[in-house]
Amino acid sequence: MPVDAFSSPSEVLDALKSVDYLADDRISQVVFLAERLGKPVLVEGPAGVGKTELAKSLAAIHDRRLIRLQCYEGLDEAKALYEWNYKKQLLRIQADEGAEWTELESDIFSEDFLLTRPLLEAIRSPEPVVLLIDEVDRVEIETEALLLEVLSEFQVSIPELGTVAASSQPLVLLTSNNTRELSEALKRRCLFLHIGYPDVDREKEIILARVDGLAEHLADQVAKVVRSVRSHDLKKPPSVSETLDWARTLLALGIEEIDGGVVTDTLHVLLKYQSDIERVAAHFSED
Amino acid sequence: MLVDVLGGFVQELRATGIPVSMVETIDAMEALRHTDLSDRKAFKASLGATLVKNARHYDAFETAFDVFFALQRPAPGEPEPDLEPLSADERANGGGGGGGGDLDSLLAALQQALAEHNMPMLRSLAQRAVRRLAGMEAGRPVGGTYYLYRTLRQLDTEGLLERLIEDAKAQAGGALSALDEHLIREDFEARIAELRGEIEQEIRRRLVSDRGREAVAKTLRKPLIEETDLMHATRADLVALDEVIQPLTRKMATRLARRRRKRDGRLDFKKTMRRSLAMGGVPLEPQFKAAHPSKPEIFLLCDISGSMATFARFTLQFTFAMSGQFSKLRSFAFIDALDEVTSFFEPGVDFSLALDRITTDAEVVWLDGHSDYGRSFEQFWSRYAGFLTPRSVVIVTGDARSNYRDPQAEILAAIAAEARAVYWLNPEPKAYWDTGDSVMSKYQAACTDVREVRNLRQLEEFIETVAVPSIGMRPSLS
Repeated sequence: MPVDAFSSPSEVLDALKSVDYLADDRISQVVFLAERLGKPVLVEGPAGVGKTELAKSLAAIHDRRLIRLQCYEGLDEAKALYEWNYKKQLLRIQADEGAEWTELESDIFSEDFLLTRPLLEAIRSPEPVVLLIDEVDRVEIETEALLLEVLSEFQVSIPELGTVAASSQPLVLLTSNNTRELSEALKRRCLFLHIGYPDVDREKEIILARVDGLAEHLADQVAKVVRSVRSHDLKKPPSVSETLDWARTLLALGIEEIDGGVVTDTLHVLLKYQSDIERVAAHFSED
Repeated sequence: MLVDVLGGFVQELRATGIPVSMVETIDAMEALRHTDLSDRKAFKASLGATLVKNARHYDAFETAFDVFFALQRPAPGEPEPDLEPLSADERANGGGGGGGGDLDSLLAALQQALAEHNMPMLRSLAQRAVRRLAGMEAGRPVGGTYYLYRTLRQLDTEGLLERLIEDAKAQAGGALSALDEHLIREDFEARIAELRGEIEQEIRRRLVSDRGREAVAKTLRKPLIEETDLMHATRADLVALDEVIQPLTRKMATRLARRRRKRDGRLDFKKTMRRSLAMGGVPLEPQFKAAHPSKPEIFLLCDISGSMATFARFTLQFTFAMSGQFSKLRSFAFIDALDEVTSFFEPGVDFSLALDRITTDAEVVWLDGHSDYGRSFEQFWSRYAGFLTPRSVVIVTGDARSNYRDPQAEILAAIAAEARAVYWLNPEPKAYWDTGDSVMSKYQAACTDVREVRNLRQLEEFIETVAVPSIGMRPSLS
């Protein structure tokens, strides 16, 4: 059931839960504030804790379209904002040879020849959308400045067309894996939300919600083992998505009870580095 | 008024080193208008989201928050005994005497609360424990850690943990696998950590009502991780640093690579023609090939002698992180002999293993294990000088304390003449340079830049300036 506006953070929590996203108090409060204040949220945290998933879930509960801008090194205006479809412009010119230039000019620089990219699309959409700017830490500082203009004013200036203001305000989420410090200016404009690994109880609930048919006591054990694994000094600690993979593996193998042997045999699902696997395996075979 | 309290809180955050701008303060105020102020968690989340924009700063924020908010009221349903003089009986218990039926009943109740994981009960018991056991007296200038230690010692948390585990085992009827036992232990350890947190909070609350929040906030202030002195960093600090180093090295990599901007590439004929089609075949916009980004070669020389132990661990940590970013990075460790350690840091190698191998396998000690910079430079020069090119950047990390041995600064000058730049990062405060056996100024002339790098912030500043070509990127090749 689509929701227009929430009246309290606990409503956010319930709505997210209805689409199987188990938030905590902090997440729901920040999301609630973001909608109230109309500010973008910068979501940070290790990979695989559900940053992108949060955006998808928010789109689902509002029944809004999700527009996603995947960032990468070298992303530029033409890929993020808009581009003129010059091939089409060229055809137009050739098809109409001898036409008055002024007329032609106003014609080829019209919306028909505009290729909208995610940012412009989010702003021009008649219904509000959820805009996800994924892995914003990958773009260069220069591109960040571009994002800044869009996010603070919710408008884009196109020299030939003038300023395109938002017809509806999108709910914006930016995610970062923190591979680089983002600029202070960008951070200032956003609400900040750090999503870490969930505690045992919440992780257990996440497992139960996401993995169908898993016995509760098994989910409990899975959550506890994962906590134990994370307490080691690892190169890449298992994230929630790996926990879920592991739980699904156990289910597929038809395991009813986890013991040390099962853990050591299936560790490669949780951990991605050989040195990590060895370290944890040694720990679980010790006692 | 809320505005005043918020103002004070922002002041405190700034004093801790968290940058909070004016706009963010206004945002916080605005956010609070939409926040249920009676819900402490929501209140905290609102402030956190608007005032703290860096996960690293969250711990400091939490401490300040605990001191500033929610600790001023007694827990509901319990009259505030505050810091009134304790009764003779309580004093006997609190004064370190321990024992007594009272303590036993408290312990039994605690054990029950922990076993059931009953948070409200745990909270009120923690309050009772602090009242009875911490022996807090008004006006005593003792820090919170002292009281915490005192309370925990008398509660005997170790024993509590063992008893909890025994009980849980007995309940399960002995049919527990090794893994289950393990998990149970960790479960209880986590709960006892919660108890510890509750006790800590209670102590803070009492300190605040005794001394006022500004004073307490001041004593609780810890340097942020980027300001921690690297010479005296604890193990936990180093682990925390690890997370921060990654983005830094990436930054360093891009900074060092981006020296020449594009535009000086050669004409790209194909691209120009293709582009001209848009203009009816007139090549209005010449297109250029992108210039190859220069790939710097880095030579890292780390002093890993005893006096540098903690800092050396950090520099090696940094080296390790950098080796993931630069294909042409060679690292060397030295004490009074120099050895190449590049191979220890191959991708996929575990850092602590690499560290162990360096201390055992690398030949860095020649005579007595005291730093000898002169000899180490000499060795570097004789073995590796041939590899230095005008693209090489040499970075030396060390305190320049050469134990009164010949510094051989002319060798470093020779190295500098072959390389693009020589940077020296010294973890000692500038005021200590050239005191005792430090010979920093002798080397200074040969270096492109000498930096005091005692904490991460300074390292970051160094990386920032490396990017600016005008600041001595090319030493005079005289």
